[in-house]
This record gives sequence, C-alpha cells and structure tokens, in this order.
Amino acid sequence: MSGWQVTPRLPDHPNFLWAEAEPKPAYDVVVVGAGGHGLATAYYLAKEHGITNVAVVERGWLGGGNMARNTTIIRSNYLWDESAGIYEHALKLWEGLEAELDCSIAFSQRGVLNLAHSLGDVREGRRRVNANQLNGIDAQWLGPEDVQKLAPIIDISTDVRYPVLGATYQPRAGIAKHDWVAWGYARAAHALGVDLIQGCEVTGLRREGERVVGVDTARGPIRAGRVALAAAGHSSVLLSTLGIRLPLQSYPLQALVSELLDQVLDTVVMSNAVHVYVSQAHKGELVMGAGIDSYVGYGQRGSFSVIEHQMAAAVELFPIFARAHVLRTWGGIVDVSPDASPIVGLTPYAGLYVNCGWGTGGFKATPGVGSVFADTIAHDRPHPLAAPFTMERFATGALIDEHGAAAVAH
Amino acid sequence: MLIPCPWCGEREETEFHYGGQAHVAYPDDPSAVDDAGWAAYLFVRDNSKGWFAERWLHRAGCQRWFNAVRHTVTYEIAAAYPPGATRPVIG
Repeated sequence: MSGWQVTPRLPDHPNFLWAEAEPKPAYDVVVVGAGGHGLATAYYLAKEHGITNVAVVERGWLGGGNMARNTTIIRSNYLWDESAGIYEHALKLWEGLEAELDCSIAFSQRGVLNLAHSLGDVREGRRRVNANQLNGIDAQWLGPEDVQKLAPIIDISTDVRYPVLGATYQPRAGIAKHDWVAWGYARAAHALGVDLIQGCEVTGLRREGERVVGVDTARGPIRAGRVALAAAGHSSVLLSTLGIRLPLQSYPLQALVSELLDQVLDTVVMSNAVHVYVSQAHKGELVMGAGIDSYVGYGQRGSFSVIEHQMAAAVELFPIFARAHVLRTWGGIVDVSPDASPIVGLTPYAGLYVNCGWGTGGFKATPGVGSVFADTIAHDRPHPLAAPFTMERFATGALIDEHGAAAVAH
Repeated sequence: MLIPCPWCGEREETEFHYGGQAHVAYPDDPSAVDDAGWAAYLFVRDNSKGWFAERWLHRAGCQRWFNAVRHTVTYEIAAAYPPGATRPVIG
C-alpha cells in the first residue's frame, strides 16, 4: 500500500448546549413544558432562588411549540398598569439577557409602530401612549409623515381602504431570535443543574388530599415538592383532571415568511385593524403574522381565508410586497383568555402553580414571566407583578382587558 | 372548511359567524347565582381537543343559528342540527 488513503467521515458534532436527562424519581420542582416560559422559569428558580433540583418535562422537543412559531416581537406598550408592570419588567430583562445568558439571541431594539386607521384607533392609540408614559414606558404618538420616515415603504396616501392616520411608537421594542432564546435558557439552566427531559408527556397530576405531589408521565411517575404548569392550552387539559376549569379557548394563529429579500424595513410595523404585523428578519425574510381563526381548533394549520385577508391588507399597506413570494405558512395554537391577559399564579391545590393564557403574545414576556413565576413558586405566594393575573379575577370582575393592545383580533 | 348549514347545505366557512360552545343554558334562577357561578357561566367554556358541539350563524346565507358537532383536531363535522334539538351522539 502506498499513498494517502482517505476515509470519508463527517465533521465532529459541535458541543451540545445541554445534555438530555433521564427522569429521577423525585425533584423539588417539576416544570411542565419546555417552551420559553418553562425554561426561563427553571433557570430563574436555579439562578435567583438556589432551587436546582428541578426537572423540565416536555412531551415533544425543547422549544418546539409556539416558541418556534411566533413572530418574535418584543414590546411593553400595553394599556393597563398591571400589564405595564409585567411586560416592562420583561423588556428590561431582555435588555440584559445576552449578558445574563452569555450567548447571542440577536436582540434588536428596532422599535415598533402600531398603526391607527380610524378615528377610534387614533383615540385609543393616543390614550395608550399617555398611559405608557405615566408608567415610565417609552411611547410616542407619530403622525403619518413621521411613520413614513421610519418605514418609507408604507403607503400613507389617504384614498385607500385603511389609511394610515398615525401610529404609536415604542423605540425600545424589537425582535430576537426565538430559537436562540430557548436554547440560551436551556443551556444556562442545565449548567446550574436543571434536568431537561424531552419526549416525556405529562398525563396526569398526582395528589394527596388538597396537595399536588407529583406528575404521571409517559415514562412513569415523578414525585415533586411543587409542580409548575407552563404548558399553554394543555395546562387547561391537565387542570381539568383536578376539576379546575380555566376560562381558556385554544385557537390556531397563523404566520408566514417570504423568500429572502434585500433589507427594506428596519422597524416592526403592526396594524390591529387589518390584522397584519411584519418585521424583516436579519437574514432578510419578511416575517408576517395574521389573525386567529374564529373557532376553537387544535389543528396546527389555520384557515386559508385568514392568510388571504392578511395578504390583501399587507399589500395595500406595503405595495412593494406584491412582488414578494410566500415561502411558507404555519399555525400555532394559542390559548386565549376572556380579557386577553394571562393567568399566572397559585391554584386551589397546594404545591400546584399555573402559567397560561398568554394568547397571541407570550414570547415577549418570556424573561419577565420566567422570573416572576419562579419567585411565585419559590415563595408560595404571588409575586407582586403576577398578583393581578389570578384566575379569581373572572369572579371578582377585576379583569385586565388588553384586547386593544394585544394587537391581534381575539 | 365546508360547513353544512341544516337549511342551505354545505357552504364555505367565510359565510359563517362562530358562536362558541353550544348547549350552555342560561341559569334557571339568575338571582340565586353567586359571583363564581356567573364567572363560570360568562367566561368558562369547554376547550375540547376532539368532538365539540358549537353554535354557528349562517351570516351570509339564511342568517339562522344552528349547532354542529365538529372535531377540533381534524375539523371533520359529524352533524349539524337546528337549535333546540338534542346533541346527536358522536364517536
């Protein structure tokens, strides 16, 4: 034999960000759901409260639900004080998150415009700007010409079906790369000792009297000092096994991306009235969200008519989009509450905590809800920022109606 | 999705308005209902992953309400029937 003999081989796998764990018989805390909220909750339990004997159990794969399906918009310009508290807390954490997790999440504070198309929209937008400013949130009211300065491709002519009459503007809002956020929290939680267990569906809650003491899973029972549900709409399915009915309805919400294009839009533009919200990803795709289907559904698709309606509105607002091609569309299942605000906190059962009902807007809250939910679990009482978001508010009448600021028709 | 209106037959879903869960009865004695009871009546509905009886209005057609039993994962509609009729047994 002479000469070089080359054995074809693949390059080595890069270092794994976390190691897959086998479920142990018992943990101090079991978090159900390895989406952004569940992973962030586990991370802050370990980091801020020293509770590291924690498992995050996930029936599918890590970050594979709405964490991988959302349109990555981050903002805190909600109307009511309660919402301002939790969403602004989240935004402040986003601003330090790359340093906190020691990884890039491509967080880009490119601002968000919420367009007004009618006199009602204008009044509501101005009211929200005033409310935001009183809560220390950066918000401005812009006229049509200022809107066009920020987003020159918007058609601000007045002879269209939905003319742009102005917009609210939050400069500190932006986007981040959703997968990287999930992986960043997973890596950091794993480094602190948290077990991440994928492919392990929780099928029931184990209770002794009025206390929840663990979960049943597809891979056997796991005992837990505390159980924290962060499973979106499936939280209501799990709670129903204990006779707790949550006021949640699950609907498909759709989004789509275009092919890669040159940069034409460097801010986020949302329109409540015509159900379109768009940003341009770093790679160049236009990322667009649509409305939700009007009827309850768990099929991860959605009605064609919703996409058709959204595209008609998008092309009217941004005439140059008429030449773009849709690369793919998809749907996620959003769990919507009657007042478009989440349910976060304690339950009638000791040792059981719930975080759900984020509807169309959960991604932006990821760090904020992770930190306040972890604090709620660690201290067995609602964190002050979570306290208004109890399930009891539907009986007391202390609703937090954010249908206007949620920006997607519910 | 094609929705079978009991009076007009199958029509495109965009002709219809959704009315949520069917067979939710108004309280028999409203003055006896407490806050938690009203919250349950007003806000809490089944969030079924599977067969679900729900109300529809054929808004762009005969403008009449009816009920249908639909599967919320496959979107198959097994039955459509007039309001007041008993829910057919499905699945």
